[in-house]
Amino acid sequence: MNQWQNFTKGFIKENPILVIVLGTCPALAVTSSAINGLGMGLATTFVLLMSNILISLLKSLIPNSVRIPSFIVIIATFVTITDLVMKAYTPDLYNALGIFIPLIVVNCIVLGRAEAFASKNSVFSSAIDGLGMGLGFTMALTILGLIREMLGAGSAFGYKFIHPEADGILVFVLAPGAFFGLGFLIALTQIIKSKMK
Amino acid sequence: MEYLVIIISAILISNIVLTQFLGICPFLGVSKKISTAVGMTGAVVFVMTLATLVTFLLYKHVLQPLSLTYLQTIAFILVIAGLVQMVEIMLKKISKPLYEALGIFLPLITTNCAVLGITLMVLQPARGFDLAKALVFTVATALGFGLALVIMAGIREQLELVDIPKYMQGVPIALITAGILALAFMGFAGIV
Repeated sequence: MNQWQNFTKGFIKENPILVIVLGTCPALAVTSSAINGLGMGLATTFVLLMSNILISLLKSLIPNSVRIPSFIVIIATFVTITDLVMKAYTPDLYNALGIFIPLIVVNCIVLGRAEAFASKNSVFSSAIDGLGMGLGFTMALTILGLIREMLGAGSAFGYKFIHPEADGILVFVLAPGAFFGLGFLIALTQIIKSKMK
Repeated sequence: MEYLVIIISAILISNIVLTQFLGICPFLGVSKKISTAVGMTGAVVFVMTLATLVTFLLYKHVLQPLSLTYLQTIAFILVIAGLVQMVEIMLKKISKPLYEALGIFLPLITTNCAVLGITLMVLQPARGFDLAKALVFTVATALGFGLALVIMAGIREQLELVDIPKYMQGVPIALITAGILALAFMGFAGIV
């Protein structure tokens, strides 16, 4: 597999949310607007990239029997950094995402990539893998956020395109809309995948 | 009365799966049969209560006095991972039948974001919980998780018999079902 394929596999073929269906909790919880989805996606991408690099560097030093706890400590370190940086520089986004920032620790994608890829491959391919998977995750979250924001509030990235006093279909911003949105998005991905073959 | 409000709102109004979106992975993963859903609920109630007890005391008596609260995430995930391992080893020795019933679900719980989520939630300053309230809230939340899981398992057992469009099979139809369930749970919003 060349590096370009390694990078692009996260977008459609092995998209963490739409195909592998991992990390659904933040995908459902924070996508009430496109900007929140994008912010969450980028925060996760940072953690994924950095933990993949560090785990790949340390892979020969970590004893096999304690590898999972070691990976979790490494991931938790980068999550704490992200948490503190976002609290300092993007307080609005920090408040909107709430406990889902510390919860990146238990996002199955991050630990999944550490175990399945970074602990077996070179530093460079692990970095590419982390970046590609992270951006695929970001893409899925932003699309879901955009759909929900457009239907639910009649705006896109905060700019309202319907009549200023009109309301959107409120249910799409609330909890049920997240489930409906992701359900149809996964079905759509399955159609696209079957057409690509 | 105060405790009753906490219990009702944790189980029905702000249900952890259907309105807070925590623990979606096991919600979709082990909701295919009612019996496994009940087993998972037992394991979650057990681990969540223990985890809240330990992390709450750790936060109030170690991290806060030493101003180390920024280590919260790392400390909590390690406590939970260690706790799950310990519970597994102890159950194996003490109660064989319980171990066999919960066994396969225990390792899954470490990565269940509902457990870490709840330990962080009870410490949110806005809630102002003391230890007793935190524990009541945790047990109620875990039961709310179980309720959603068992209802979902019941629906999915029926779905097996239905002719579903090809691309909607599997996860998509499960998510749509969860959406309708979430819509139904929104009806509880006004009761407290």
